[in-house]
Amino acid sequence: MKDTDIKKLLYTHLLCIFSIILSIFIPSFFLENFSILETHLTWLCICSVSVTAVNLVLYLVVKPNVSSKRSSLSYKVTRFLKCCIYFLTSCFFFHVIFVLYGAPLIELALETFSLAVILSTFTTIPCLCLLGPNFKAWLRIFSRNGVTSIWENSLQITTISSFVGIWLGAFPIPLDWGRPWQMAIEGKHSISLCTRHGAWHCHTSNLILVTIVQGRFHPHFYT
Amino acid sequence: MQKISVLLFLAWVSFLFYAGIALFTSGFLLTRWELTNHSSCQEPPGPGALPWGGRGEPGACWMASRFSRLVLVVIDALRFDFAQPQRSPVSGEPPVSLPFLGKMGFLQRLLESQPHHARLYQAKADPPTTTMQRLKALTTGSLPTFVDAGSNFASSAIVEDNLIKQLSSTVDSDEWDVLITHFLGVDHCGHKHDPYHPEMAKKLTQMDKMIQGLVKRLKNDTLLVVTGDHGMTISGNHGGESELETSAALFLYSPRALFPSAPAEEPEIIPQISLVPTLALLLGLPIPFGNIGEVIAEVFSEIEDSQPRFSALAQASALHLNAQQVSRFLHTYSATAQDLQVQELHRLQKLFSKASADYQRLLQSPQGAEAVLQTVIPELQQFLRGVRAMCIESWARFSLVRMAGGAALLAATCFLCLLVSQWATSPAFYFGPLLKPTASGLSGAMVCAGLLASTGLKLDSMVLGAMAAVGSLLPFLWKAWASWGSKRPLASLLPMPGPVLLLLLIRFAGFFSDSYIITEARVAPFLLISLILLLVARLHWEGKLLPPKLLSIPRLGFLTPAGPPQYSAMHAVGLGVGLLLCIRLAGLFYRCHEETPVCSSSPLLSPLRSTVDGRTKNLWYGACVGALVALLASVRLWLHCYGNLKSPEPPVLFVRWGLPLMGLGTAAYWALASGADEAPPRLRALVSGASVMLPRAVAGLAASGLMLLLWRPVTVLVKATTGAPRTRTVLTPFSGPPTSQADLDYVVPQIYRHIQEEFRGRLERTKSQGLLTVAAYQLGSVYSAAVVMALTLLAFPLLLLHAERISLVFLLLFLQSFLLLHLLAAGIPITTPGPFTVPWHAVFAWALMATQTFYTTGHQPVFSAIQWHAAFVGVSESRDFTWLSAFLVGANTFASHILFAALPFSEAVGCPLLLLWPFLCENQGSQKRRQPPGNEAEARVRPEEEQEPRMEMRLRDAPHHFSAALLQLGLKYLFVLGIQILACVLAASILRRHLLVWKVFAPKFIFEAMGFIVSSVGLCLGIALVMRVDGAVSSWFRQLVLTQQKAGEQSSLVCTGAGLSARKAQPHLLPPCSQDLLASGTSLFYNSRS
Repeated sequence: MKDTDIKKLLYTHLLCIFSIILSIFIPSFFLENFSILETHLTWLCICSVSVTAVNLVLYLVVKPNVSSKRSSLSYKVTRFLKCCIYFLTSCFFFHVIFVLYGAPLIELALETFSLAVILSTFTTIPCLCLLGPNFKAWLRIFSRNGVTSIWENSLQITTISSFVGIWLGAFPIPLDWGRPWQMAIEGKHSISLCTRHGAWHCHTSNLILVTIVQGRFHPHFYT
Repeated sequence: MQKISVLLFLAWVSFLFYAGIALFTSGFLLTRWELTNHSSCQEPPGPGALPWGGRGEPGACWMASRFSRLVLVVIDALRFDFAQPQRSPVSGEPPVSLPFLGKMGFLQRLLESQPHHARLYQAKADPPTTTMQRLKALTTGSLPTFVDAGSNFASSAIVEDNLIKQLSSTVDSDEWDVLITHFLGVDHCGHKHDPYHPEMAKKLTQMDKMIQGLVKRLKNDTLLVVTGDHGMTISGNHGGESELETSAALFLYSPRALFPSAPAEEPEIIPQISLVPTLALLLGLPIPFGNIGEVIAEVFSEIEDSQPRFSALAQASALHLNAQQVSRFLHTYSATAQDLQVQELHRLQKLFSKASADYQRLLQSPQGAEAVLQTVIPELQQFLRGVRAMCIESWARFSLVRMAGGAALLAATCFLCLLVSQWATSPAFYFGPLLKPTASGLSGAMVCAGLLASTGLKLDSMVLGAMAAVGSLLPFLWKAWASWGSKRPLASLLPMPGPVLLLLLIRFAGFFSDSYIITEARVAPFLLISLILLLVARLHWEGKLLPPKLLSIPRLGFLTPAGPPQYSAMHAVGLGVGLLLCIRLAGLFYRCHEETPVCSSSPLLSPLRSTVDGRTKNLWYGACVGALVALLASVRLWLHCYGNLKSPEPPVLFVRWGLPLMGLGTAAYWALASGADEAPPRLRALVSGASVMLPRAVAGLAASGLMLLLWRPVTVLVKATTGAPRTRTVLTPFSGPPTSQADLDYVVPQIYRHIQEEFRGRLERTKSQGLLTVAAYQLGSVYSAAVVMALTLLAFPLLLLHAERISLVFLLLFLQSFLLLHLLAAGIPITTPGPFTVPWHAVFAWALMATQTFYTTGHQPVFSAIQWHAAFVGVSESRDFTWLSAFLVGANTFASHILFAALPFSEAVGCPLLLLWPFLCENQGSQKRRQPPGNEAEARVRPEEEQEPRMEMRLRDAPHHFSAALLQLGLKYLFVLGIQILACVLAASILRRHLLVWKVFAPKFIFEAMGFIVSSVGLCLGIALVMRVDGAVSSWFRQLVLTQQKAGEQSSLVCTGAGLSARKAQPHLLPPCSQDLLASGTSLFYNSRS
């Protein structure tokens, strides 16, 4: 039970990382002039779509959570719709937070929103997949002693590290090094581009870390 | 006594910080006084005939002009070896080939083909080798330092006497006389790449071609000077004092023969400022008054006269003029400022008078004075060089020892703050050990200083102060070391929770980056927002936000949360969101740092006067007045909420009537100031008079209010009633079965209380004697009320010093601090009897908010952003710069620091509020049955037997812990500020060669240091205010008891002794209070039984 769970976890995380990496390279075969820096909006869309897709597929295949008793179609549809609403709400919520953090209100609104979307794909979608549209369960996960399974633990760590990553991503903004990835935001005070990179770096590396860490500390967990 | 020692200790710690700052400043900030005297043709620099009878002749001044035109080409950062001729490689040595070597071929050809016309010197620039300072040196001939203290520090023009001024005052004709060009390409190339880049070679070749073109067009009477203002390091930067930075090229060329001899093999090394007197005399101008350069003697030789004697005589006369001028300057300067060494000054004056006498002798007996001539020139040169050396010693050299000493002192003091604030949290904390080493060390240092002074050793006051500081610090640290022992791990030294430590580190590191300093206006709110989100998240993480039901996990019952949640989730989240909104809105008031490339300051910062459109102006005016009213209303509401408004004491009366009056005055002043131009001419005088008087009136009112507050700080309403008041416990309606532990906790005591009351009522009815009851209202918030009143009173005069629209920021500021205090209080457990703690994140958030407010009130740590107009508020005419205007400008700049230290005890006054607030919030908890965000010191789970909200009286009940908490708070705040200062100091000393050191790091250090001083003074005043209130409360209690005793009751003293816990008297206490009393705020009953 334990070992199979850990194995599953490892594979899902590897797949997630793989999908992010693929989303960098694959589009350049189909799209002209594709590069992360210049057409960052396109890339972001592709990245978030692919991550979402991978998450959904994994959810359907692995089924980490206990399946609910009811399985009527209408129940599934409402559940799905609820999920969509949750996702959109979280996008808007993050957008508001970014604006409060100092992102400009009107100019670069698209960039800010796309940042909110990608943050949502890294945080909200796994939550939705694992816990369903149950806000109280989410709150439980993010409190001390609130975690009950290895899946929830990994969810907790990856989500928190996504937030930390996006926060760390803001730090290069004031620096005047004139690097291309800074130039992309040229003078505009926006916590969009840099933070985006921060978020996925952290997310990716933490996906790996989590797997390792959990593999090691797992025995303690159920004792 | 304890309170006094807390204050003394804080003052001593502040003194340690000041000593560190002063020591560092004396080593780092080169200062010099600017004199505004000017040289003129009519006044020769000294007695004695002018050579060539220059006086009166047109075009000739102190000396006849030898060139009528000058072309001065300043090539920024033209290092000496850039222009150095390439010698043909000596056999055996491999030829060096560097991109910048030998690229100025034309200069080399000139030097070789016309040795009497051209000359290359290696000019030694004086540090700081930054362009502004160098250009100033190249025109004034002095040693400009970073702070040229004078009438105005933020001058965009040179006020000292200089070449350009002499030129424009002496010469006026249509033709050009002087052409000055300044090429920045080489410097730019150096910064962007480095001198070894091929681009540099290209640039130098370009410069060479330019000079070639120039020389072709030169006429006979024109002198060409090509010079670099400074050099550059290997990496292409400059600013410091290394060999490469200070050596610049200086190239002179004249179409006429100028030099008597061929150049030496190795170009001569001369000080850069030699150029100034040389050019002045060559052009027939007076030497600028403040020049301390020495003329290049060889250009004054008479070429036509082949007699060497005449040549030498001409050189001597030029040198003598130069020496006379320098001597005159020294005389004037030493009369104004005392920073030159006296002994050295005397020695030089003697030298000068001897040389001068020799020179006079030479003039009187022109024949046969060959020997005298041989001694005069070296004597004069010796004098000039001596003066220069002395000036450099006192004006233009970083003292690394002092810088390091200052930084070390600051670091040690920060460590001390950390240590003692850590001790103060432990319950067994005594003040005695704190003061003993301090006092002994301080007295020891005094004695030492006295001995040194008596032995005649001249010591700087800075060094003396630092010695005293170290002397008092060392015994302390030694004692700490001795008592350390091996048992305590080092980790206990880092009491801060990880995230706060991380944020503090980020802030610390930010001071080392120019970009972060420039964008600090955005970085500080970023960190503040992060801290706030972190706080909310942590409350949630610890399960304090949600009822336990939600958190308990159905399947695994063993994971029960630690305790019942105390605060409703919506409440905390609402506070957080409100704070974020406030911070974001305040961020709209943004002023650009002068180094930001593309940036426009917010138009909101400009005064309303500058708004053209009448309607907009009126709207804004309305908004400002609205903010003012809101500010007033919120303060009144606050006082009303806590009941302090009912007290008959004079300060409260002042708040009721004086504050609106002040508001009115402010609004009227704004109206006058913004519409002064539109006033009809007849009323002009009246308007200007009123706009002077109104601010004065407001300031006067504020001062009188503060005096009143100091006189009677206890704002308490006392009612004495005989007979048992028929009070009833208020029973909050509660329906349905209690669902949770929290409900039970709430309901059961109420029932118990009710029953108790019933019984007691029956008992009393049987007795004939009534009870004497004294009801004192508002005791619970007595400290906070005083601090809030003081803050409000301070805010008004400060508001007047800012532009009108800043009032919105002030409103936001008050709101923000209110919300922040509530949020912080939510996270702080109140341990009832035990030592109170002020958590680090609270202090850090407070300091961050002070920084943020500094920026949102339209300031930046650069001199150009100082709001000078503040100096004219309430001052009748624009007079010269006086201490008053300095004070006003300072108050304007550091308003945020002043306000914040006092709040709990704010930035200067705000900090005390940090301590008091949690206690205040306790009140709300019990009243509204909302889980209270505790005031910092008080809120946690209230023990069940504690029935009435004790609020700040808890602090009084444990006076020892109260003082410890005050000390802790002060030290923690000083620590956070001290860390910032330390970072500034380290950054400035490590990066003293940085390109932007004088533009960014040094101003930041100055502002931070000033802010620290203001904050620490404010902190001490704030704590003093709280202590004053405390003393007043004590005496009030004493009086109360006395009056009761006089009334003939044999009352046992209840609750007055500071050490006596109120709870011991509980059996005698009546049940709390009636509903209307509760509604009017905190209430406490202290009664004595007859």
